[in-house]
Parts: sequence; C-alpha cells; structure tokens
Amino acid sequence: MYDSGKIIPGLIIFVLFITFPIWYNQFDAGAAPKLEMPTEAKQCVLPAAEMRANHMKLLNQWRDEVLRDGDRKFFEIEGKRYQKSLQNACMKCHTSKKKFCDSCHTYASVSPYCWDCHLAPVE
Amino acid sequence: MDKKRREFLKVAGISTVAGLGAPAVVNHLVSGGSPLDAMAARKIDPDAHGAVNEHKVANDEHGSGHEEVKTGKRFGMVIDLPKFQKNPGLGEKCVKACHTVHNVPSFPDKKDEIKWIWLTEYENGFTEHSQLYRNDSLKNNQVLVLCNHCDNPPCVRACPTKATYKSKDGGIIMMDFHRCIGCRFCMAACPYGSRSFNWRDPRPFIDEKTMNREYPTRMRGVVEKCNFCAKRIADGKQPACVEAAGSTNAIIFGDLNDPDSAIRKVLKENYTIQRKPSLGTHPSVFYIV
Repeated sequence: MYDSGKIIPGLIIFVLFITFPIWYNQFDAGAAPKLEMPTEAKQCVLPAAEMRANHMKLLNQWRDEVLRDGDRKFFEIEGKRYQKSLQNACMKCHTSKKKFCDSCHTYASVSPYCWDCHLAPVE
Repeated sequence: MDKKRREFLKVAGISTVAGLGAPAVVNHLVSGGSPLDAMAARKIDPDAHGAVNEHKVANDEHGSGHEEVKTGKRFGMVIDLPKFQKNPGLGEKCVKACHTVHNVPSFPDKKDEIKWIWLTEYENGFTEHSQLYRNDSLKNNQVLVLCNHCDNPPCVRACPTKATYKSKDGGIIMMDFHRCIGCRFCMAACPYGSRSFNWRDPRPFIDEKTMNREYPTRMRGVVEKCNFCAKRIADGKQPACVEAAGSTNAIIFGDLNDPDSAIRKVLKENYTIQRKPSLGTHPSVFYIV
C-alpha cells in the first residue's frame, strides 16, 4: 500500500471521531427515562409493552379509522368510555405531556408533529 | 475521419426511426395482448361489469338535479336569508360560534384570514344570478356562505395526496391535515373560495380564553375549511352554526337523501337556489332568497 503511514493513522482518527459520542459517555447510554404514570387509571388501551413499541401506529390507525372510515366507535376500559383520540382520550389519563410524552421523545431524540395541531393539556 | 453527408443523414434517419418506434413496441409488449383481445373479451359478455359500472357511474355523477333514489346519507343545509334579515347580527353570531368551536384564528391582516363560514355580499356569492334591479333586502344585507360540500367536489379531484376527500358517511368534504402538503391546488379548484391557507402559525392568533380544548388547531402550511361539524354530527349534535341560529330556524341541516327529513320538507316547500349551479359541482347548501 502506498502512503500507509498517512492512511492508517487517518482511518484511526476518523473512526475515533465518529464514535466520539459512544466513548465520551463511557459506553453508557444513560439512565432510561422514568415516566410519570397516571394515578387514577390502571389499565391502558393495550398492554404497556405493546403501547411502548406501537403507540404511534395505533394513533395512525385511529386517525385513519375515524377520518377515512367514519368509525368513531368508543372503547371501554374499567367501565369508562373513551374516544379514539390523542387529545381527548390518551391525554385525559396522561395529563402531563412534559412528564409523559416528552421524557421519552427527548431521550430518543424524536420530535413527532402531534403538538403542532393537537392541544396538550394545560400544565 | 472523413464523414460523408450522405452517410451521416442515413445514420441519423435510422436512429430517429428507432428512437420513436422503440417505446411504442416496448409499451405494447409490456401491456401484453393486443387491443383486439380486449375488444373480443367485451363482445363475449357485453353488459357485464364494464357496461353496468359505467352506467352506474354516470348516474352517480349527476347529483341534485335528478330524482333517483340514493342510498347512504348526504348531509346538506338550507340557509334562509329572509330569516337572517329579520334577525340582525344572527349571521355574525353563527360565524363566531363556528370559529370558536373549531379554534379558527383571527389574524389582524386580512391577507392571512382563515374562514370556515363568513358573510359576503349577494353579488359576490351568487355571481351567476342576475344582479339587475336587485331588491333592497339583498342589496342591504350580507349572505352567509360556507363550504358547499359538493356532490361532485373539484377540490377532491385536485388534491394530489387525498388529504381532502368525501366522507363515506354523509358525503361531507373533509380534510386530513396530517396529509395536507400545502400545495393549494384545492384552493385553486374550489369555485366558492371556501378554503383558506395557513400562511402563518395560527396558534398565537387563537384566543386562549375561548379556545376549544377538545378540538385541535391547525399548523402553518395547511389548507382548512368547514367540515360540516363532522365530529359534532357523530356525537349526535347539530353543526355549530345551526345551533347558534337556534330557534330562528334560519339554518336547516339534515340528510338530503332521506325524503322524510326536515330539510327535504323545507326544500319541497320553498324555492331555493344554489351557488354557481352551472359548474356542475352540485352543492349541498341551498339558499332561500
């Protein structure tokens, strides 16, 4: 190889540079965010693990059912009726966007556009 | 290299023919089967699917003018202008009710204005109708106008993302703001100016105190318009403007496809007009003048 004296140190510097966030944090991703759970309701629409993984898909599904198919069927949990709605169902139990939605979204560095239109509960 | 003109022209000619002919041959191969096959298939079963469907579509495209029995709901509205003239301020009240319920912002600059339902001069609303020797009540009073929820909506055809569409239950022309890309084709297509574009973020221009926290706002870069209070109807309520007009019965709302509905009764008893009927959009909003 020509110029191996320059290329190999160059590659090492490059790899170190792009992995900077990993070794700078000593291979520790930091503590997972702690969510504030609703105090009154105990049960969500789906089991917690499923909600954690698929809540965004569920919201899209609700949106399409309500808007496209006109299917606004209520669902019942623990004797209470809920609409298929982020603003009028989810946020009725999870009353704090900051302490629930944002804590994970900030940690995972995602910024969903929900709140551009939907109103978060007053905190 | 010595190239003769004769040689060059030959090559150029052949290339042109090949270039023009190749796509046609490829298309033919890709689509498979000759047009003759398709014609033969039709002949075997002449009035199966194709013909019947075409007939049905033709029927569907005609709207209010025809008397054929329709299935499903088609929500419509009758606006009784004499009643508005008898109750000054009622129009403004309806506009306010709608705009409060739906978190419609009020911008100080008229250019940014968002409107779902608004008051306009008769000559601006009914441009197709004769304006000559108009009577005083039409001259001195404004007319309440809103999205016509057309049976043949040009905005829906123009929308490249299907963000605006005709709902299955009730034929309401609805918007899915998640899909709207803000191209404003629908605004160009709508002959009634029923659509408004959010040039600016509407949030700061909505009154916090009267804001409806059960209903979303919109964001910058989407088009919005009246949705016939689809959610209120689903909840078994009347649209906000109808409720605001209340006992004056100045606005009647109901199912146009139900021959026994209150709105059909009103339509049967009164002479009504629609806005720009010659465009063939078949509006669902009727006016008693």
